[in-house]
Amino acid sequence: MNLFKFSSPQTFYSLAGKLAPAFGVIAAVLAAIGLYISFFVAPTDAVQGEVYRIIFIHVPAAWMSMVIYLAMAFWSAIGLGLGTRVSFYMSKALAPTGALFCFLALWTGALWGRPTWGTYWAWDARMTSQLLLLFLYFGHIALTNAIEDARRADKAGAIIALVGAVNIPVIYFSVKWWNTLHQGSSINLTKISVVNTMLIGMLIMALAAWAYSIAVALVRVRSIILERERRTEWAGVEIAAQGGRA
Amino acid sequence: MKARHKRFLWIGAGVALLAISATLVLNAFNDNLVFFQTPSDVVDGKVPKGRNFRIGGMVEKGSVQRAPDGLTVHFVITDTVKSIPVTYKGALPDLFKDGKGAVAQGKLDADGSFIASEVLAKHDENYMPPEAKAAVDKAREAARTMRR
Amino acid sequence: MNWDSLSAFIDMGGRGAFVWGSYGVTLALIVAELWTLSQRRRDTLRRLSRLQQLNGDELNGNDSQSS
Repeated sequence: MNLFKFSSPQTFYSLAGKLAPAFGVIAAVLAAIGLYISFFVAPTDAVQGEVYRIIFIHVPAAWMSMVIYLAMAFWSAIGLGLGTRVSFYMSKALAPTGALFCFLALWTGALWGRPTWGTYWAWDARMTSQLLLLFLYFGHIALTNAIEDARRADKAGAIIALVGAVNIPVIYFSVKWWNTLHQGSSINLTKISVVNTMLIGMLIMALAAWAYSIAVALVRVRSIILERERRTEWAGVEIAAQGGRA
Repeated sequence: MKARHKRFLWIGAGVALLAISATLVLNAFNDNLVFFQTPSDVVDGKVPKGRNFRIGGMVEKGSVQRAPDGLTVHFVITDTVKSIPVTYKGALPDLFKDGKGAVAQGKLDADGSFIASEVLAKHDENYMPPEAKAAVDKAREAARTMRR
Repeated sequence: MNWDSLSAFIDMGGRGAFVWGSYGVTLALIVAELWTLSQRRRDTLRRLSRLQQLNGDELNGNDSQSS
């Protein structure tokens, strides 16, 4: 299968170098459109007033934090199954960005909860499981950096990613399974509980977050590839060529 | 079977096992994961006696009464089956309104009323502009009068 | 258009601190991530090229070649 060509670190390195700027541009354009809709097109909410505009950061960040973790679990499974090193590099490259979005979901949630619910934080199932996700990200980053032997670090990280993935459906369905302070999902397959312009704003911001995450992970994976493949011939040539400029 | 397939099988089995055990654990702890009790739970005696807990439901329409001191509030929290009167002294969140969801933390008094130390508003997942909300409310009102 | 004036925009219906606190921290963290990312690439290249110069003749050792 031709796809396996991309599991070669060298091919993936140059592919990532070509794709990253494109995704960066897409992210910037979408974020500009999304922010415009968030503040100037989407109407004031009848119940909450203007403070609801935090939704345009909060929901995409929360989605992204879950999607990135699932992507890490996916790459980890591929890496363990096929023994492709690039899969582990990709999983490692995604972790800091996932942690960033996870923190942002919690942070914006706190700032939104205070004026609307009356509290920054509550130990309900939704918030507790989202906090657990942040710790899983930190655990993954800490463990993969702490283990000296790179291959064992890859495996340990993969196990955290796969085991922790169980938490993702728990976060998502927590508002259904238990009574929580957090309200149910505004958008799911069966019903959409926001007006059109709000929905479009949220979706565009979510797409911007996707493009941003891909761009950032691709840039980061290039550093990881060089680091880990430094003893191969092609990486040596690349380091010699780029290192002089750095 | 190739070694690669075998490894995938192991990973798959591991993940499945984890998912199953997580489901079982979560099921077992189901009752401990609730953020609040409903008024029915309280009336049925399913709440810890003499200890702090949270009670959640709707603030009954027209039940909110502010005492002359300007701080103490009385209201009734209901799950449409059972109701519990609540007394609270302090500032209420923006979204606290009668007919809307609320969660109160505190203790049951000897007379069966709830003394709250904290009141949080619980809102729904609907977001819409004021004009749309007015239209929705009007349609609901019309539907209700039609049924009568 | 939702806003009559710049001050109304900043005020966000009296909840400006919460709204701008959310957007501001988001922006700050994204800028911080982009900055550390560029630093990381630069540092990695610097360190690896110095390593390369230190043991230049070991360059062709290929112990991480596999799959």
